[in-house]
Amino acid sequence: MQATPVPLLRVEHLTMRFGGLVAIDGLSFAANRGEITALIGPNGAGKTTVFNCITGFYKPTSGRLLLSPGDAVSEADVAALTASGRRFSGQGSAEAFLLERMPDYQIAARARIARTFQNIRLFPGMTVLENLIVAQHNALMAASGWTVLGLLGSQRYKDAEAKAVERAKYWLDRIVLTDRADDPAGDLPYGAQRRLEIARAMCTGPSLLCLDEPAAGLNPRESGELTVFLKSIQSEHGTSILLIEHDMSVVMEISDHIIVLEYGQKISDGTPDHVRNDPKVIAAYLGVEDKEVEKVEAEIAR
Amino acid sequence: MAVDAVEHRPKATSKVAAALKDALGTALLALGLAVPILALRTEQDMSNELVLQPRWTYVAIAVLAAFAARFLYLMAPRISFKRRSLSAPAGLGRVISGVLLVLLLLYPAIALALVGKAGAIKWIDNFGIQILIYVMLGWGLNIVVGLAGLLDLGYVAFYAVGAYAYALLATSDPVKEFMAAWLGPNFWPLWAFWICLPVAGLMAAFWGILLGFPVLRLRGDYLAIVTLAFGEIIRLVLINWVPVTGGYAGLSSIPRPSFFGLPFNASDEGFAAFFGLEFTPLYRTLFLFYLIVGLALLTNWVTLRLRRLPVGRAWEALREDEIACRSLGINTTNTKLTAFAIGAGFGGFAGSFFAARQGFISPESFTFMESAVVLSIVVLGGMGSQIGVAIAAFAMIGGTEILRELDWLKRIFGADFEPTQYRMLLFGLAMVLLMIWRPRGLVSFRAPSIFLRERRMVRSDMVKEGHG
Repeated sequence: MQATPVPLLRVEHLTMRFGGLVAIDGLSFAANRGEITALIGPNGAGKTTVFNCITGFYKPTSGRLLLSPGDAVSEADVAALTASGRRFSGQGSAEAFLLERMPDYQIAARARIARTFQNIRLFPGMTVLENLIVAQHNALMAASGWTVLGLLGSQRYKDAEAKAVERAKYWLDRIVLTDRADDPAGDLPYGAQRRLEIARAMCTGPSLLCLDEPAAGLNPRESGELTVFLKSIQSEHGTSILLIEHDMSVVMEISDHIIVLEYGQKISDGTPDHVRNDPKVIAAYLGVEDKEVEKVEAEIAR
Repeated sequence: MAVDAVEHRPKATSKVAAALKDALGTALLALGLAVPILALRTEQDMSNELVLQPRWTYVAIAVLAAFAARFLYLMAPRISFKRRSLSAPAGLGRVISGVLLVLLLLYPAIALALVGKAGAIKWIDNFGIQILIYVMLGWGLNIVVGLAGLLDLGYVAFYAVGAYAYALLATSDPVKEFMAAWLGPNFWPLWAFWICLPVAGLMAAFWGILLGFPVLRLRGDYLAIVTLAFGEIIRLVLINWVPVTGGYAGLSSIPRPSFFGLPFNASDEGFAAFFGLEFTPLYRTLFLFYLIVGLALLTNWVTLRLRRLPVGRAWEALREDEIACRSLGINTTNTKLTAFAIGAGFGGFAGSFFAARQGFISPESFTFMESAVVLSIVVLGGMGSQIGVAIAAFAMIGGTEILRELDWLKRIFGADFEPTQYRMLLFGLAMVLLMIWRPRGLVSFRAPSIFLRERRMVRSDMVKEGHG
């Protein structure tokens, strides 16, 4: 862990309205580079909506979502980018992306944010290996000369494809699915599908991996393995992780930093220890004493 | 478990009784349908008055046939296709396709040997070329429907664009004059086809993109309706833009393809004279046959190659889950547009070949019926499978063509019996039967585009149909 955390993703004053419903209300937080950040909260708190805003599946009503994978981005650069109306700026370590301006596929392709889904979204009729190859689409597309060279059977594409298969094999090994590489993804047991979805996201080579309830539906042994797997992604690949999770044993064990949401607002933000002892969090999860209900209702009405 | 099985096994008599009851219901339904459709026929008598002619025997036959068919279907032992080894077809498929290809290439020779020169032209043209055009159309549409999972009910529009692009360019006076001024008067009529073929394909691909843009956001039924409308719009434009397209009258005297500059005619510069052969119209038919074989194989080769390229995998991924595609950085807009464009391009090639083969085209060749036939070929073929589509085209088009040959049926049903009138009925029947036994088409597995150790087929129940 770094001594001074460097923010990779900065969410600033994010608001998302659906008609009259305010799903997220002025939310600000940061996910630091190389850390595992968890987003928790009761059902309907707006966690998945935050994810959908970050990954471009929703356009936020207002707010700024800044991703800066390098460390050479100054506040002045960010201000200039925001004022310019462009979607991203800089190269190499000076890259900065304003996610709220980018379409979903571009966020995955350029800003390199990969995600998984609460209800698993694999390509069930394609084999496990194909799932991992499709994840490397953009690199392969360039190598195939946007199809033209690939159609003519260019060596460059063949090499690129072999490399993609190597990368897929590496991840298959990591998720212990090498033996089932040629089986359709839809045939895998639930836990294996969850692992495959994470491996597929990692095949895109992300700087930030967003996991929506990765431990949902897993048994205790499987969630234990998941914890180890996510820790190793963090330490070996330096990938930062942002996750939504209800399984507190997983959250408390792997998170460096936890943000608690309730009714679209942040009620707590800090280390696992801090959050665990925060009375507001306890109130949100366990219910509150009668005296405090009025206070909370007054807050909501406001 | 064992007790359950014994208790629930129906007795033989009760099975027959249940089947009889079910068949009786079917017979009643058939009666309800047959009375308004078959029972009464109006005919003009001598004084041009309409008289009703009762045909109750027909009704009785229909009801009995429905009863018997339903009863036999229920009593027949169930055949299950599900439990089958899934790793076998890879090598087998290659052998089958090899044999079919050799048969295809030898087909004209076989036809010549069996029915002689005069008869062979009809057989090569009506069966060989006609079926192969639909094979090619099926393979083209397979990219859009089978691989990308985008339901396109207006595919015939691209066929029409290809045909009219060739016909209009080849017969246009300014182009003729321009070419005559540059390359001599003989150049354009001889080479028009070869130059216009790629142009027609590109034109159709362009129209594919034009259709693609507005329908990008649509899915399922909505996509189907808009593509259907697009097909009709193209047809109505062809009918109503009389100064350019000739309206219902169509376009005629479209130049025929040449053998790379040698025309198929009796002149001294013709193909036959050049090779020192006696002139016969057979050569043109043979040439057209091998030309469409070549075009269809090109379509097949390109499709198979594309499936192993990122763009082809992205099409299939799009069919499986569009949202997951976007989360992996795949630009779904471009992916859909390439599917529309490439599928349409092959339709355009087929269209320009059609125009060159007929020498005459009119909007009547490009009705919705054609789209429906091509789509049913793709659906019957199944799973984006190339060989399945080819077999389905052979069965559907060959089947309807063979009905024209069944004159002997007249001896059974009387002289007014016209077998071709029943082709749509049989078509529908074949479709219903296949959907009962093979709900996901003839080839009910998907071949993966890449494998690590062993190419195992993916069962059809895993594969999605696509969401539009």
